[in-house]
Amino acid sequence: MIRFTNVSMRYAGNMYALRRINLFIEQGAMVYVTGRSGAGKSTLLRLVALIERHTEGQLIVNGQNLERVTGRRIPLYRRNIGFTFQDHRLLKERTLFDNVALPLVVAGYRYQEIRKRTQASLDKVGLLNKAKAYPVQLSGGEQQRVGIARAVVHRPALLLADEPTGNLDPALSLEIMRLFEQFNQVGVTVLIASHDLDMIRKMRKQIITLREGKLLTGIGQTLNEHDNEQGTEQTT
Amino acid sequence: MSKVRNKQPRYRFKPGILVQSWLIQHLQACIFSLGQIIKNPLGSLLTIGVIGVSLSLPAGFYLILGNIDRVTEHWGGGLEISLFLKQDVELSSARKLAADLSGKPGVSSVEFIDREAALQEYRENSGFADALAGLAENPLPHVLLVKPLETLVTTGRGEELLASLQNIPEVDSAQFDRQWALRLFTIIELFRRGAVILAILLAFAVLLIIGNTIRLAIYNRRDEIEINQLFGATDAFIQRPFLYSGLIHGVAGSLMAWSLLAIAALLLQNPVVRLSSLYHSDFRLIQLRPEESLLLIIIGGLLGLAGSWVAVKRNLKDIGLS
Repeated sequence: MIRFTNVSMRYAGNMYALRRINLFIEQGAMVYVTGRSGAGKSTLLRLVALIERHTEGQLIVNGQNLERVTGRRIPLYRRNIGFTFQDHRLLKERTLFDNVALPLVVAGYRYQEIRKRTQASLDKVGLLNKAKAYPVQLSGGEQQRVGIARAVVHRPALLLADEPTGNLDPALSLEIMRLFEQFNQVGVTVLIASHDLDMIRKMRKQIITLREGKLLTGIGQTLNEHDNEQGTEQTT
Repeated sequence: MSKVRNKQPRYRFKPGILVQSWLIQHLQACIFSLGQIIKNPLGSLLTIGVIGVSLSLPAGFYLILGNIDRVTEHWGGGLEISLFLKQDVELSSARKLAADLSGKPGVSSVEFIDREAALQEYRENSGFADALAGLAENPLPHVLLVKPLETLVTTGRGEELLASLQNIPEVDSAQFDRQWALRLFTIIELFRRGAVILAILLAFAVLLIIGNTIRLAIYNRRDEIEINQLFGATDAFIQRPFLYSGLIHGVAGSLMAWSLLAIAALLLQNPVVRLSSLYHSDFRLIQLRPEESLLLIIIGGLLGLAGSWVAVKRNLKDIGLS
């Protein structure tokens, strides 16, 4: 599904956000990307969503070489991706329904289809009864769930979540993660950036650890190895 | 029948559906823009008001000029240029000149007054017959009365014709009767040019006003633009509501201009009727005809569209995703 081959992301002035990343994420996998703040978790996700572009190496997503996805192909490529943010980035002046419907409206669906899918998506996150509410009327956990409903409403093959539980308490965080798990179980590839190690351990999924832009542990290394790594990292 | 059907490909391209979704997207963008304007009525009304005033000035000048044209419509008709030929010009060459001049561009007709005939007439009518009889030779020159085309005079180009006639070798002197009317027309022509320049400047002002309004709207909705882009909105999808917003502002502004002109005409109607009745005229103020009103709205709409187009092209690049 996603293959990084010697991918680097360098800002002007030789600052590397990511350096020589080699990584393969299978179709249908659910993978956590972890590491400290500034380790490059978000950048990794942003490269996949084409919000930023890698400067070296090769990045292939869903069979498409991202270097060749330019201009008019970018919107079409992004329609196959769902994205959620830590600050959920809902549009304040629009109802939940309108917020969740956005990816469908953007893609030019007919209204009947938009209504059907949006309601289904809101129902999935348990907020159908609040479809006409505005984001400010919701709690943090609810807002995050709306963000997830928006990210999956167009049935993307790939779901990218950037610190989806950053502002939530452990119980709510777990609830959100279980929601991602449900989408993963129906075949969506899920990539979650998070520094919430306790919660990640509970989920028992594949984990990638980044440190200062480099891959510290990749997929396939056991959870124990990874725990040790994190442990030593935390003591330094 | 069924055989024919089977031969058709399974997936038939239906242009109807494409057109329909295109229409739906445009309708959505248009309604969305209207909604944005209604949500923020004060800002939009201010913009529309400024556009209305800016457009009403050139449109008002256009109306004033139209009314002046109607008042002075027939003033140019009575104007004539008198050409006094030199004393030594023969009768035949004078006649030939008259014939040549009647074919000159800008000339409506030429009347030839023979010097002998003129003297005869003067003798009979003036009562100076005895005194005139004492003259050794006819002191009167041949005269050509040149009647310029009315349109030439009312567009202020009468002076040019006068100058060119003055340069003819046989002509001793040329003069316009009612020079004041000619000067009036020249002044009106000047006024007309001034109005055109003003109209261009104000059209530019409308472009800037709409451009600025759209620029602010773009910056206010940065977040929304980014989210739209992140979920795969094309550039066209993102630009469309702003272009519609510009179009709507422009059209609303020209409707405002139209209303301002209608109100002004209403206020002026009675005084104008009173004034014209003093001159025994049944002159009424003319107002914009339906096709002129439509033109005003189209111009407003196009200016709005152009202003927002420039704003969108310049500002969307700076914000949003790569």
